[in-house]
Amino acid sequence: MTDTLAQPAAVADAKAAPDTMAWDSGLRRLMMIYLPLGCFVLILLFPFYWMAITSFKPNAELMNFKEHNPFWISSPTLAHIKHLLFDTAYPRWLWTTMLVAIGSTTLSLLASTLAAYAIERLRFRGSPYVGLGIYLAYLVPPSILFIPLATVVVQFGLFDSPLALILVYPTFLVPFCTWLLIGYFKSIPYELEECALVDGATRLQILRRITLPLAVPGLISAGIFSFTLSWNEFIYALAFIQSGANKTVPVAILTELVTGDVYQWGALMAGSLLGSLPVAIFYSLFVDYYVSSLTGAVKE
Amino acid sequence: MSVTTLSSPALAQPQPSWLVRLFDYKPFLIVMCLAPAIGLLAVFLTYPLGLGIWLAFTDTTIGRKGVFVGLENFQYLLTDPLWWNAVFYSIVYTGIATFGKFALGFWLALLLNNHFPFKSLLRAIVLLPWIVPTVLSALAFWWIYDPQFSIISYLLVDVLHWRSSNIDFLGSPWPARFSLIAANIWRGIPFVAISLLAGLQTISPSLYEAAMLDGASAWQRFRYITFPMMMPILAIVMTFSIIFTFTDFQLVYAITRGGPVNSTHLLATLAFQRGIAGGELGEGAAIAVSMIPFLVFATLFSYFGLARRKWQQGEAND
Repeated sequence: MTDTLAQPAAVADAKAAPDTMAWDSGLRRLMMIYLPLGCFVLILLFPFYWMAITSFKPNAELMNFKEHNPFWISSPTLAHIKHLLFDTAYPRWLWTTMLVAIGSTTLSLLASTLAAYAIERLRFRGSPYVGLGIYLAYLVPPSILFIPLATVVVQFGLFDSPLALILVYPTFLVPFCTWLLIGYFKSIPYELEECALVDGATRLQILRRITLPLAVPGLISAGIFSFTLSWNEFIYALAFIQSGANKTVPVAILTELVTGDVYQWGALMAGSLLGSLPVAIFYSLFVDYYVSSLTGAVKE
Repeated sequence: MSVTTLSSPALAQPQPSWLVRLFDYKPFLIVMCLAPAIGLLAVFLTYPLGLGIWLAFTDTTIGRKGVFVGLENFQYLLTDPLWWNAVFYSIVYTGIATFGKFALGFWLALLLNNHFPFKSLLRAIVLLPWIVPTVLSALAFWWIYDPQFSIISYLLVDVLHWRSSNIDFLGSPWPARFSLIAANIWRGIPFVAISLLAGLQTISPSLYEAAMLDGASAWQRFRYITFPMMMPILAIVMTFSIIFTFTDFQLVYAITRGGPVNSTHLLATLAFQRGIAGGELGEGAAIAVSMIPFLVFATLFSYFGLARRKWQQGEAND
């Protein structure tokens, strides 16, 4: 009993001597690490705070900083969100965006899994060059492609159709996913496949039963990344979709909700908040996969 | 594991059908596996890229097939002050924004590389600006830059009393240009920071220990260990960043649409304005094609970064 009591006291005694130094380094740590970190977090998060607080502010408070503290809401309201959901086609836009994101993600995952498997595992003459070609495709930015792509989309009769977006988004998703998955396939020991081959499994069985189950983390990373990228895509959706009902959320907010000279800031911010929430939630569920895919793709 | 037990009865079975054998024939399987990806990329990437270059040499408009006009579009662009303006701003935008992103992003990465509580939570929060749709956060910036109800103006005028009038962020050319650059830096920091953090974590602590034993100061450790070890990853991340900043479209289109008086047009927004909104597909394509030389330059930069990385890995192989 006395022993257990005495021990912490002794530890505290031993600690007392370098305490002044600890305080000094603690202050230093505060100034050198926590203070700048705090500033970074504050600045990085402030636009979201501002977005959120604006969406729940009544118009009177929005336009009057003298009587109301702009950093807080005195009487929160759901009017902007109600306006958005019931007076505009917002639910429809959300639905279209979701459809496009899921469609293009599925398509690119399928294409890039097969391609990555062929490049990394089937190994044929020139497979590194095919890999390099796909990597180079990632370096072609949409800003160069959207004008000719618009004419291609018109040629295919897909103009103003969400299907155009589902088919076009893989141009930037497939290169990314393929590279990510090549990295994952590389990390799976080839011996496992050899064993299966010796045991008489066909290549497709190997892919389905051995390689894919082991590459599930990679598939999840690629999937959520593709989902976010296609949710956020803007320039193609702006150029290929004309009618209000078929627009995706980012385009619709900018082109349908920005009307006239007086901007409906409350509704605009509510729209931005609601449009960001699905990706933010998705992101918070899979943070680790995001970070690993981001860093993995960079390191490859 | 169950495959091993299944294999012996399988031997007794008759040969699998021709379809199964076809799919086990390697060349056929390779073609089948590559077909979807290569097909998609060929139809929606390579073909449009070639088509875009062809369009740049024609006078195509929306609804009318154009004829070959040689270098006319480019000759016109060279005499067009708006195009020169867009080139100028694209370079300024890319230069300053990249510098800002990397300076601040590197700093943030170094900060995040320390040990402190809630580190992974903080790392997750930091990435948010990069995850959220750019246009939507751009709208928030538009509201923050509002001439009358800007929160920054409110802070400077009513809270801190540093200024007597509101800042007109987007009303005149240079403030508008720098406001856009600030928004771009804000959006770019997380990507740079998290990528560089991944690089920082691969540097072996023993290098720092050795340097400390030799009496290197904190700055020397950064200058002679951290920085050289980070060069390869910096080069790659910077290439991506330069390419996607130079061809940026969303931020400018959402916040200023190229205004005031066309002073904030980037090449991409100018191409959109002429090509899609104005209907002059040929001219828009020419503007888009004029970005390619800059992008090739950036890609070569990446290539040499990669070459250097190989050299370094060979040396540091332990």
